[in-house]
Amino acid sequence: MTVAPKREAYDVVVIGAGPAGLAAAATSAEAGLSTLLLDENIGPGGQVFRAISSTPVTDRNQLGADYWVGADLVQSLRASRAEIIHRATVWSLDRNLEIAVSIGGASAFLKAQRVILATGALERPFPIPGWTLPGVMTAGAAQTMLKSSALVPDGRTVIAGQGPLLWLLAAQILRLGGRIDRILDTTERGNYFAALPHAFAFLTSPYFTKGLSMMREVKAKVQVVSGVTELSASGDGQLANVSYVAGGKRETIPADLLLLHQGVVPNVNLAMAAGIEHRWDDLQLCWSPVLDASGNSSVAGIAIAGDGAGIGGANAAVVRGRIAARAAVEALAPAVATKLAPMATLRADLAKAERGRVFLDTLFRPAPQFRIPTGDTIVCRCEEVTAKDVLDAVAIGATGPNQLKAYRRTGMGPCQGRLCGLTVTELMAQARGKTAQEIGYYRLRAPVKPITLAELAAVPKSEADVKAVVRG
Amino acid sequence: MFRRSEQDKRPQVQIFVDGTAVAARQGDTVSAALLASGCDARRSTAVSGAPRLPYCMMGVCFDCLVTIDGVGNRQGCLVPVAEGMQIEIQKGKREIGK
Repeated sequence: MTVAPKREAYDVVVIGAGPAGLAAAATSAEAGLSTLLLDENIGPGGQVFRAISSTPVTDRNQLGADYWVGADLVQSLRASRAEIIHRATVWSLDRNLEIAVSIGGASAFLKAQRVILATGALERPFPIPGWTLPGVMTAGAAQTMLKSSALVPDGRTVIAGQGPLLWLLAAQILRLGGRIDRILDTTERGNYFAALPHAFAFLTSPYFTKGLSMMREVKAKVQVVSGVTELSASGDGQLANVSYVAGGKRETIPADLLLLHQGVVPNVNLAMAAGIEHRWDDLQLCWSPVLDASGNSSVAGIAIAGDGAGIGGANAAVVRGRIAARAAVEALAPAVATKLAPMATLRADLAKAERGRVFLDTLFRPAPQFRIPTGDTIVCRCEEVTAKDVLDAVAIGATGPNQLKAYRRTGMGPCQGRLCGLTVTELMAQARGKTAQEIGYYRLRAPVKPITLAELAAVPKSEADVKAVVRG
Repeated sequence: MFRRSEQDKRPQVQIFVDGTAVAARQGDTVSAALLASGCDARRSTAVSGAPRLPYCMMGVCFDCLVTIDGVGNRQGCLVPVAEGMQIEIQKGKREIGK
C-alpha cells in the first residue's frame, strides 16, 4: 500500500505531521498552494497528538483535553487539498530545495518552492549509569505506547527526571490503571529561586493551573522523592535496581521499568544537513536554528516551525506553523494572503502561547551531573563510547565532535548523534574550558536516516550521471 | 513490563516472533507488540553484543532494530504489524542478504 507523491514539484512541502506541520500544511493548502505533507509515522499527530486518529484510549478524560485539540487540526488538514503521505522518511534536503524521500523501500525526488520543516523535538539524552539496560526507556516512549496502543507499565515502575511531560505521563498512566511505584524528581533546588523572577508570566499562563492540578492528582497516589542529585540503573542484562541520592541519603529500590525524562530539544538533523545555521541556546541548553520572525532560516526558501525552531510547546507550534505557511503564501501568492489571518494576529497568538516558557525553561533546566556524565557511563549508545573514552580522546588532541568521530566513532552509528550529540558537545566544552558554541556540533549530512544501498542503486539515473562516476 | 488496558477493543493480528505465534493488535507497531507480548525481545548490539530493548519508541534511538519479513535493521517502532508478519530478534549485526 505504498503511495508515491503525485507530482515532482510542489509549491510547499511540509516535513512532519505534528502540531506545526498539520497547521502549516492546512494553511498553505487552503490558500490554494500545491502542498505535500510528508511524515515518518503511521498516522498524523507527531508526538504530542500521536495516534490522534487511531488511539484505542477512547475515554477523552484519560488523555486530556489538550490531546484532543489535535483531532481538530487533522480535520482541518483533511478538509484542505493538501496531499499527505505517511511512513515517508525524508533523508535529504538541500539548498536547492530538492528533497529525497523514502517511501515503502523506494526513494522519490521532489522539488519545492518553499519547504517548511516541522520535525519537532526529541527527548534530551539522559546519560546516567545503566541507561542502556533493557527496562530503561524514555518517558516519551511510555507515552507513545500509551497513546497508540493503550499499553501501561505493569511491573515495578520508577519515573525519574523533571519537566511538565513527566507529570502528564504519570497522570495518564494512573488514569489508565497502570503502575508507578515511585517518582524521583531531579529538579535542582536552586532552580526555584532562579525561576522566581519569571513566575508572574507563568502564573497567568494556562500551564499553571493545569500543571498544579496534575501534580496534585499524581502526588495523591504515588510517592514522590524531590531533590534527587544522583541517579543510576543497574542489573545483569536487564534492569534490576534503581539507585538514587536525595537529601544526602542513598537509596536503592528494585525496579522492572525506569522511565527517564529531562525535557525535549529540537530535532536538528535534517535542518543542519540542509546547511541551516544553528546557535547554542544557553537557556534551553541545545542547538536552535537562527530564524527570522516568520520562521525563515539562513537557507532561502526553508522555514522551520514548531519545536524544531526552539522549544515552545504544542500551542506555540501550531501558531508557528500558521506563521511559516502564511509567509510562504505571501511569497508565492500574495493576492491570496489577504484572505488568511493577519500576521499581526498570529504574532499576538504566538506571544500568548509562549507565555510562561522562560519560567519553565529556568525551573526545569537539567542539572549538570545529568547532562555531563563521568567515567564508564555510556555517552554514545550506538558505538558504546563512554565519558572516559571521550575525555581520553580530548587528552590526546580531539578538539571537537567531528575530530572525535575519527578517534571513537561517536555519532557515526545509526542514530547519527541524536542520542549523544548534546552530551558530546557539553562534555568536550567542559573538558576543554570552551563554550558549547565554540566546540560546535557534528557536521550532519544526507542521508539523515539510514537507507539501503539497494534503494540508492535503484534511484533513476541519466546517462550523464553514470558517466560521471564510471571509468573508461 | 507493560500490559494492555481493558478498554483496548482493536482487532487481533497474529504475528510470529522467531517462529512463535504472538497476538498483537491492529495499529500496534512491531516494537509495541513485542514489548506487550512478554517475549524476551532483547536484541544484542553490533558493537559489544550487549542486550537492548527499545528506548525512545519514536524513531530516533535505533535500539528497536529488528528483522521484519527477512529484512534486517528495520526500526520496529515505525513499522505497523501485519497479519502473518515474521519477526526475528536481531542478534548482533545485520546479516548480508537480510
